[in-house]
Amino acid sequence: MVSAVAYSTGHRAWGRVHRFAHRVVRPTSPHDARRALAAREGAPVLAFGLGRSYGDCCLNPEGLLLETRGLDRLLAFDGESGVVHCEAGASLADLLATVVGRPAPDGGVWFLPVSPGTRFVTIGGAIANDVHGKNHETAGSFGRYLVDFRLLRSDGRILRCAPDENPELFCATIGGLGLTGLVLEARLRLVSVPGLWLELEEVRFEDLEGFFRLAEESKEWTYTVAWVDCLARGRALGRGIFGRARHLRDPRPVPAPAPPRLRVPFDPPFSPLNRFSLQLFNALLFRRLGRGGRRHRVRPYHELLYPLDSIGAWNRLYGARGFYQYQCVVPREGAFRAIARLLDAIAASGQGSFLAVLKTMGDLPSPGWLSFPMPGATLALDFPNRGEATLALFDRLDRIVLDAGGRLYPAKDGRMPAPVFRAGYPRWPRFAELKDPVFSSAFWRRVAEGATEPARARAA
Amino acid sequence: MTNEREGLRVAVFGATSAIAQAALRLWAARGAELFLVARDRERLDRIAADLALRGARRVEAFVADLDDSSVLGRVLEAMDAALGVPDVALVAFGTLGDQTRAARDPEAARRTLTTNFVSPAVLLTALAARFEKAGAGCLAAITSVAGDRGRASNYVYGAAKGGLQTFLEGLRHRFAGTGVRVLDIRPGPVDTPMTAHMPKSGLPWASAERVAADILRAVERGRSVLYTPWFWRWIMLVLRHLPQPLFHRLRL
Repeated sequence: MVSAVAYSTGHRAWGRVHRFAHRVVRPTSPHDARRALAAREGAPVLAFGLGRSYGDCCLNPEGLLLETRGLDRLLAFDGESGVVHCEAGASLADLLATVVGRPAPDGGVWFLPVSPGTRFVTIGGAIANDVHGKNHETAGSFGRYLVDFRLLRSDGRILRCAPDENPELFCATIGGLGLTGLVLEARLRLVSVPGLWLELEEVRFEDLEGFFRLAEESKEWTYTVAWVDCLARGRALGRGIFGRARHLRDPRPVPAPAPPRLRVPFDPPFSPLNRFSLQLFNALLFRRLGRGGRRHRVRPYHELLYPLDSIGAWNRLYGARGFYQYQCVVPREGAFRAIARLLDAIAASGQGSFLAVLKTMGDLPSPGWLSFPMPGATLALDFPNRGEATLALFDRLDRIVLDAGGRLYPAKDGRMPAPVFRAGYPRWPRFAELKDPVFSSAFWRRVAEGATEPARARAA
Repeated sequence: MTNEREGLRVAVFGATSAIAQAALRLWAARGAELFLVARDRERLDRIAADLALRGARRVEAFVADLDDSSVLGRVLEAMDAALGVPDVALVAFGTLGDQTRAARDPEAARRTLTTNFVSPAVLLTALAARFEKAGAGCLAAITSVAGDRGRASNYVYGAAKGGLQTFLEGLRHRFAGTGVRVLDIRPGPVDTPMTAHMPKSGLPWASAERVAADILRAVERGRSVLYTPWFWRWIMLVLRHLPQPLFHRLRL
């Protein structure tokens, strides 16, 4: 089939900091995938879906990428139980366009149990990163809703993994960063919601205490999230807007989410997201709610859950050097102090970020051994890539996170040093035993195998 | 030609090709009735299940290798039973082959010519008889911009596609003045599983979804020749008219 080995540099993660060469194949059936694995010629292998993880956990320099776009079929849907069976390359957008919204027996409609901030992620990617959403307090993470999945190992075996069959591989694969093999297909339990319209309330808070007070008062709301003004310091430190939403019992269908309208077709020569535009942006966002500091609206679900999906390739706004995202979670005990220290360090650095998102995480446990969420608070920020200055700031933030007993999110990461990973994920040695020997990623080689950091070398 | 209550009836030959699959998803979302033919049972069954979940009113799948002309009768009987004469028949199978081999190995050349020209032309002949009787419908086949001029890098494949273009042109002439439309679909390079291993630099690569959307629009509008994406019409116009001495200096 493939006469010569051709390397492509076209596969990049969402942050666009790393540029590596890969061999690429796109299997279109389980049989095809097995054949592609057999023909790997010694190269390390990794699945690649829609490229929405930010750093290097979806990249495999000089290795083979198995594109999962060719394995994106929906196979079955049971309208009684809400279980959808699909190939792992199918995306949440595919489910939203088809089975979501169909009537459930209890009078509600079927809906995704957990959504990350974009609908353009594959089911395989959602499993591999055990993604969470704005409803973590009430729903937990994605892995909780998996009935089972089929995993292709490099020795050619296809294993059904479920809580009652190959349970260890089931737990290792959820949040396992694609390193336990190739997930071919999965069965996912949808949840019944009253309707597809959300009642949405936005409330201004003047400082970090205000955030934690609102989080405490919002237990009756399904979704919660806050935007924080990262440039505010002193008494205004941690001010922002708290958003909360819940499904309305409203039978009207929602308008289909528009396909990405605006496109960013090229890299601007310098990032338009500089310090001054950020100050302006944050100030406007903060004042949007007017004197009352509160706004109440009814909107279709996608406007709240996927606010950036209407802009194609928004990641290019950060310019040719790309950007990092830094997302950490800290345990509930001491969360206030840790978040305050993080925000202060970021404000002091002047490297403020376009999107600073703060939310609380709940107690519902994930089956995944390397799952990111823990009960507490998570902070996520984008940083344009300014090389060493940015990486030095991250090192300072790492110390605050580790002091608080927290950890970083591999899905967002392109630079986490090995000790930070190992401290945050104490179950990683057990995971390493179940990892498929042939599967690997730039991320894994850095955090587990002590590879020198390609991120740092190439980012400078 | 759409019967709203029953949905558009579409038969696709080579239904597992990336472009066919993308077009089928668009037709499924509009509630079409589908008849699919492909060689690979595993892929075909999965695609059929997918299309049913994406809104197709009905999906019938038939496993056959259309390079084997002895199965043609059974394939078309199955189509007759499933849809009758469809509103649209799309011939989508083909193989890029390995030009370096096809240029030197007669057997490889024969396979490339068979799959890309002989088999589609034979199938179209059988389909044309049915469409003629019905007096309506759209006969469509995927050829390629590679069929517009013979080039060193893929003239065996290009010749087969060029032959198919001529065949479609002839069919169109034959059906002029009737309700039968004949559509020649000429994509440029498309990012598909067949081309996934190629570095995507130099040429402008199109997605299968883009090409599929263009196909549905061309079918609706009763177009004759579709270049997709559109700019290939103008690139190929220039390339076709380039004087030979100049053409020979290009490595294409």
